[in-house]
Amino acid sequence: MSEQVMKRGLTKRIIPCLDIKDGRTVKGTNFVDLRDAGDPVELGALYAAQGADELVFLDITATVEKRKTLAELVNKISHHINIPFTVGGGISSVENVKELLGNGADKISVNTAAFNRPQLIAELEKEFGSQCVVLAIDTKKEEDGEWYVYLHGGRTKTNTKCVDWAKQAVGLGAGEILLTSMNHDGTKAGFALDITKTLSELLSVPVIASGGGGKMEHFETVFNEAQADAALAASIFHFKEIAIPDLKRYLYEHQIPVRI
Amino acid sequence: MIAIVNYGLGNLTSIQNMFKRLGIEAVITSDFETIKAASKLLLPGVGHFKKGMDNLKGSGLQDLLNEEVLVKKKPILGICLGAQLMTSHSEEGDVDGLNWVSADTIRFRTESVPGLKVPHMGWSDISTKDQNPLWNALPAEPRFYHVHTFHFKMKDQAATSATAHYGYYFVCAFHKDNIYGTQFHPEKSHKFGMKVFENFAKL
Repeated sequence: MSEQVMKRGLTKRIIPCLDIKDGRTVKGTNFVDLRDAGDPVELGALYAAQGADELVFLDITATVEKRKTLAELVNKISHHINIPFTVGGGISSVENVKELLGNGADKISVNTAAFNRPQLIAELEKEFGSQCVVLAIDTKKEEDGEWYVYLHGGRTKTNTKCVDWAKQAVGLGAGEILLTSMNHDGTKAGFALDITKTLSELLSVPVIASGGGGKMEHFETVFNEAQADAALAASIFHFKEIAIPDLKRYLYEHQIPVRI
Repeated sequence: MIAIVNYGLGNLTSIQNMFKRLGIEAVITSDFETIKAASKLLLPGVGHFKKGMDNLKGSGLQDLLNEEVLVKKKPILGICLGAQLMTSHSEEGDVDGLNWVSADTIRFRTESVPGLKVPHMGWSDISTKDQNPLWNALPAEPRFYHVHTFHFKMKDQAATSATAHYGYYFVCAFHKDNIYGTQFHPEKSHKFGMKVFENFAKL
C-alpha cells in the first residue's frame, strides 16, 4: 500500500460487540476498572475512549415486551457515547427502527426477519437510507464447500448460499454487511478469509468481518488479505486479551490505515 | 442558546447530547419563536435531499431561516444533509437547495474510480484549508466520521474550508461569513467532534 493511500485513505474500523440481555452485557467482562462491568453504557464509553471506531449492541433477548427496555437503553447509550453505534436483535419492522433511531442509534442491523421478508430491507432503505441498514448474516461452510445462511442466531439452517443472499440484500438497499462465520466464531483461530474476501470483492458496500479474531495478526490478515472494511470482536476485548490501543498501534505499524 | 432545527430528518438527539456534555444549552425545535430567540442555529440531517427541501418549504422554515441567516447573519452550522441543503442544487432528486453557498451537491463519481464503494462510510482525516474558527485547537489533519453518498462541489472556491480524500479529493467542509457546513458528523467524531461543537458555541 502506498504512503499516499495510507495517509489519505479511509481507515479500517475496529468494532467491539456487546451482547445485551435484559439491559445488561452478558458473556461477562473482567474490567476491574469499571464500576459495573455489566453496564453496557459504561463499557461502551470505555471502548470509545480507547479508540474503538464504532460499537455494536446486540440485544439477544429482544422479545416484544423487552423492546421498550432496549429503546431506553439506546437512549442512555446515545447520551454517553460519541462514536457511531449499531443496534440489532429482533428488529422486524419500520416502526422498531424508527424508535431505535429516534432514541439515538446510528444504524440498525437486521438478520432473520429480513431473510424471511426481504422487502423489509427495501422499506428500511426507503424510509431511513441505506447508510443505517446493516444486514447481519450468520454463515457456515458445509461439507460441500459452500457457505450457507443460518437463521435464529445460528440454530436454523437454510439452503440459501451466503453470496446469493448478500447480493440480493445489497440490491434491496442494505448499506453494510456484518458477516459472522459460525465455523470460526469462538475459535480465536482467525477470521474466515475466503468468504470475507468473496463478499468484499463482490459487493459495493462495506463488509464487517466477525468471528474468529483471537490475535492481532488475525486482524491484519482480514484487512490485508480478505479486504474487510471493518472487523468485529467481543470476548477478546471484554477479557482484555487484546487492548484496542495496542491493536490499533499494531495495525498502524503493519501499514493498515487506522484511526489512532 | 443553540436551536437544533427539527425539520423531520436526522439524528437530533445525538447532537443535543453532545452539547449537553459540553454544558452548552441546545434545544431541538421547529418553533419559529424559539429559532428567532436562539443565538445560533444548527441544521442537522440524514436522509434524502428532496425530502429535506420539501420539509423546509412545507413548514415555512425556509423563509424563516433565510431571514435569520442571510439578513440577521446568525451563525449556523449545517451537518451532512443539513450542509448539503445550503448549496444551490443537488443531484439527489435534481432539486434546488437554499443557495446560501455557491456550490452544488453531487454524487460520488464512482465511474472515475473503479471499485469505489458508496456510501463513503467511516473515519477519514481531513485537511483544513482556512482559518475557520471551528478548527481552533485541532491538529492539522484531524479524523472525522463520514457517512455520505453525495458531496459538495464548490463554485465559490474561497468558501472551501477542508478537504478529504475518498477515491479522490473532495470538499468536506465550507465556510462563508456566518455560514458553516461539514459533510462529516462532529457528533459522532469523538474528541475532535466535541471540539468543533465547542468552537461553534464560542463563536
